[in-house]
Amino acid sequence: MAERDVVATVLGFARTLRVAGVAASPDRVEAMLVAVGALDVLDATAVYWAGRLTLCGSPDDLDRYDAAFAAYFGGESPRMRSAPADQRQVMALSAPLESGTGEGEDDEPSDVAGQASADEVLRHRDVAELTVAERDELRRLFALLRPAAPMRASRRRRPSAHGSVHAARTIRRALRDGGEVSRLMHRRARPRPRRVVLLIDVSGSMSPYADSLLRFAHVAVRARPAATEVFTIGTRLTRVTRELRLRDPDKALAASGSAIPDWSGGTRLGEVLKAFLDRWGQRGTARGAVVVVCSDGWERGDTDLLAEQMARLRRLAHAVVWVNPHKGRAGYEPLTGGMQAALPSLDAFVAGHSLAAFEELTGVISRV
Amino acid sequence: MLGDVSETTLPAEGLSPPTPADFSSPDALADALRDTGYLPDEGLATAAYLALVMRRPLFLEGEAGVGKTALARALAEVTARPIYRLQCYEGLEASQALYDWDFGRQLLHLRAAEAAHATTDTDQLEASLYDRRFLLARPLLQALEDSPSVLLVDEVDRADDEFEAFLLEVLSDFTISIPELGTIRAEVPPLVVLTSNRTREVHDALKRRCLYHWLEHPDFEREVAILRTRLPEVTERLAREVATATAKLRTLDLVKPPGVAEAMDWAAALHALGARELDPDTAARTLGAVLKYREDTDRVHSLARGALFGG
Repeated sequence: MAERDVVATVLGFARTLRVAGVAASPDRVEAMLVAVGALDVLDATAVYWAGRLTLCGSPDDLDRYDAAFAAYFGGESPRMRSAPADQRQVMALSAPLESGTGEGEDDEPSDVAGQASADEVLRHRDVAELTVAERDELRRLFALLRPAAPMRASRRRRPSAHGSVHAARTIRRALRDGGEVSRLMHRRARPRPRRVVLLIDVSGSMSPYADSLLRFAHVAVRARPAATEVFTIGTRLTRVTRELRLRDPDKALAASGSAIPDWSGGTRLGEVLKAFLDRWGQRGTARGAVVVVCSDGWERGDTDLLAEQMARLRRLAHAVVWVNPHKGRAGYEPLTGGMQAALPSLDAFVAGHSLAAFEELTGVISRV
Repeated sequence: MLGDVSETTLPAEGLSPPTPADFSSPDALADALRDTGYLPDEGLATAAYLALVMRRPLFLEGEAGVGKTALARALAEVTARPIYRLQCYEGLEASQALYDWDFGRQLLHLRAAEAAHATTDTDQLEASLYDRRFLLARPLLQALEDSPSVLLVDEVDRADDEFEAFLLEVLSDFTISIPELGTIRAEVPPLVVLTSNRTREVHDALKRRCLYHWLEHPDFEREVAILRTRLPEVTERLAREVATATAKLRTLDLVKPPGVAEAMDWAAALHALGARELDPDTAARTLGAVLKYREDTDRVHSLARGALFGG
């Protein structure tokens, strides 16, 4: 292969890879060209590894890479697969975020007079019972949520007037004063935001609330991008943190909507929670975090598994909060099997059906 | 992870350090690694080879106990370079990773100068205070000064964002500037191996500068070979049975599936008990070497023992 052919081939492959969902950035592609040059260009295995080592950045990329490699270069990729590649569902790009009870197309401009009191009423309305216009209004109000972050002590220290003696700074100061220790310098632990993990149920029974919950998650992610993680749960686990980091709420929701393959499907809470703990939670995402599960607790699977996984979550997390939209209804009793299984492992059990309930939730998250 | 935590392994006297050119291909490097007792697969050998040739850091991710740290040590051995290890943790600061001034000794020096009435020339006094001998080199600086070397940044996922940003700066040009002394540059960039257990997603900016390799559990034959190489005293039969049982344990969907490190611990424990083969009774007694969660132990005990450890 002439050098130009190699460059063209690699660039074409990078394009295929980007379509497959691996962010093969130009500097990575450049690295691949160098890597291919260092190996044998005509050896398919060498090209496979040159690309995989330089273009991929996480285990999630590997399956996509293998598929793209096979599609582009033809034939099998050299990696031995232990499990069959999971079927990636083709998702509709128009995210069904408008699910719910749209009652006619009443697009009349809302009247400005009396807006404040209308806002007040809207804040307490169950989001499942809103009209489309009211829903739009409520979305505007979501921007006003100010989630306070729970804090924890960290290993990093900062200079302070009190606290333990900071030997290095004390002596550095003494050196400035001609070797005389004239004043003790102190330091103390710097508080850091505690991680908050939101697990949002997007199954069919939760669809009237999923939009609001994701908007709540968006506000939380925007407020503390580094200390907030959001996953959707249903029949499978999807991490949507990255999508929700977009500034514009509607764009962020559309992006996460297209990332969620199991929208309005069933619920297998126990299994999905286990997937979360195996893949993320146990490794660190749930450790010491405030984990908020937003679900109605309708479990189609085995409630024993859910109880077991909730207990496991409880041991890892700093606090476990359950948000159930139905709890806001008068006379609600947590009778579903899933709720019964989860209750012993909860630190807080709150409602999540209206904006006022979400405001309360931010308070619970920062206090537990 | 594997082996003990020795900070520095100096090259043996009289050996001329091989340069990357000595390894003409990934296969040659794989052979050299095999001679040290580390058995890489094709992907890992290619990754290590490219890291040497392209002078790019190697970012290794994978389950705990698959041999990430061991690879760095093996690479140091085959290249006859000293290895410097930086264990990451939350709150790791530049003064622990890079350098620090030995304030106590500086103070003593100042007092000694005062006693000798040598404090009249303040410029000279100051220069003598910030002398190289009062500088405590930490792993990153050591690795740059002792070039060429191998730098192992272990469990980078345990460090926080601040440290990651700082590491990015050092890894991008392999220079460290010390205001009082000047800039220190590595003659040859160290071979950098970063490991991560994936407790946290490491920032993409750091990964982009590295070769990324995801390490998997070895296949059966390779695991047997690793056990036989690392623990020559263990019988072939015991090694095969331990590898078989470990492979079965990995399919059980445990909280912590055992890695190669656990398989080695297990084989060593069985050998210490004088076992020459894996029988259900000895296996049950030594299960603590391979399973580290009560749930997992319960689960395995509840299974038919014969199904798992049958001869």
